[in-house]
Amino acid sequence: MDLLNPGTGLIFWQAVIFLFLFLLLAKFAWKPITESLRVREESIQNALDSAEKAKAEMEKLQADNKKLLDEARQERDEILKEAREIAAKMKDDAKEDASKQADKLIADAKLAINTEKQAALAEVKSEVAGLVLNVTEKLLRKKLSDEKEQKQLIEEYIKDVNLN
Amino acid sequence: MVMIVTIVFSCLGMTTVRAAEGGDDFKPDEMIMHHVVDAHSWHFWDGHYGTLYLPVIVYSSDRGLDVFSSSNFYDEDHNKVSYDGYVLNDHEHIHLEGSEAKIWDFSITKNVAMLFINAIVMLLIFFAVARGFKKNEGKAPSGIQSVFEPVIIYLRDEVIKPNIGHGYQKYLPYLLTLFFFILFGNLLGLLPGAANLTGNIAVTLTLAVFTFIITNVSGNKHYWNHIFNTPGVPLPLKIIIVPVEIIGIFTKPISLMIRLFVAITAGHIVILSLIGLVFIFQSYLVGVGSTLIVLFINLIELLVAAIQAYVFTMFSALYIGLATEEHHHDENDVDTGLA
Repeated sequence: MDLLNPGTGLIFWQAVIFLFLFLLLAKFAWKPITESLRVREESIQNALDSAEKAKAEMEKLQADNKKLLDEARQERDEILKEAREIAAKMKDDAKEDASKQADKLIADAKLAINTEKQAALAEVKSEVAGLVLNVTEKLLRKKLSDEKEQKQLIEEYIKDVNLN
Repeated sequence: MVMIVTIVFSCLGMTTVRAAEGGDDFKPDEMIMHHVVDAHSWHFWDGHYGTLYLPVIVYSSDRGLDVFSSSNFYDEDHNKVSYDGYVLNDHEHIHLEGSEAKIWDFSITKNVAMLFINAIVMLLIFFAVARGFKKNEGKAPSGIQSVFEPVIIYLRDEVIKPNIGHGYQKYLPYLLTLFFFILFGNLLGLLPGAANLTGNIAVTLTLAVFTFIITNVSGNKHYWNHIFNTPGVPLPLKIIIVPVEIIGIFTKPISLMIRLFVAITAGHIVILSLIGLVFIFQSYLVGVGSTLIVLFINLIELLVAAIQAYVFTMFSALYIGLATEEHHHDENDVDTGLA
């Protein structure tokens, strides 16, 4: 048979066999194959999509958690700050109270001391008055006996008084 | 495996060459043509059982339909004889003795037998692949399925989808059948003793005609408008352009037909010529050298087998894509959508 002259018989058989082959393969091979490929690709795509979604959800959750954590931290800081302020205030108050108390005590003490001092002074005064009376009495008595002696005696007494 | 195939092929080439040698002088052109073209018998090796005589189916208006074995054309000494008025000439054409009447030869020739083998191999393989998909539903592919799945996906995503675009699913079965038919035909044709199926112009012609029919049947308004009323071309030029466009409808399938036929047949001729050298020179040195080169060419042929199947499918997809394209990039056309 010729190389360049197509034989009618072969064209006929080629057409018939190719058509049958095409129909059989299209129905029993290509259709299930492409269908399965499509289904598989879809399921892969779905899996990828849901993974993406899960990731996004996870991220959202994480963000929420972080937000909550931040809020909690802030709250804690605030509470701590408040507590510290209260403590400081309490301390200051206590200090103030203590100093007030101390001042009052001191003032009371001063007052008591003054009172005591006044009392002592009054006593001293009355004592001195008594002494003066005594000395005067003795002077008067001595004057009556001897002037010289009287003077000496007065000086002596004054000296005593000074000692006191 | 490739090496084994090549070596077996080379050995078989030599034995068949000896057959072609016949008597005293070796005629390389006859030997090569004998291997490349179609025949009514399938010669494997010399001897009584080495040839498979295929059925002859002929129809003529004079004699009606006749079916008989092609062995009837040969006597015990393998000389050609006429049978029942039918004569088989040296070009393997059958005609009626002493009559010019047209004979329709629908014989199961070597290539038709090869066609059946090719079809059966394809059916077995792709039914197995389809079974694999059914069996492994929702699971990873296994076995033969994982061999062909990437090829199918590659063809779909890299060849068919980009060339046809929207609505490619409709053409997927045809183009997949086309690709694997050519690929398997090419590969089977490389086997020792196999027929040169995809290197036969009748086969490539038929395939090209299928693509031609599908392209023009699915051609839309834009496609025909582009041919008969090419937009953006002034009227005087249209007188030249339109015939060129009309010729273009036919040159596309013709180029498909010739490309595959030439690529495969040329490869076979090169291999056979190199083997023929051994018998012309009858030297060990040429034998060794020739065998090495034949091995190398055979490896290239494996590559060519895949490339030609790819190219035929790719161009078929491209032609269909051009015919079904929705938007044309014309100056007159205001493109509103995405091209």
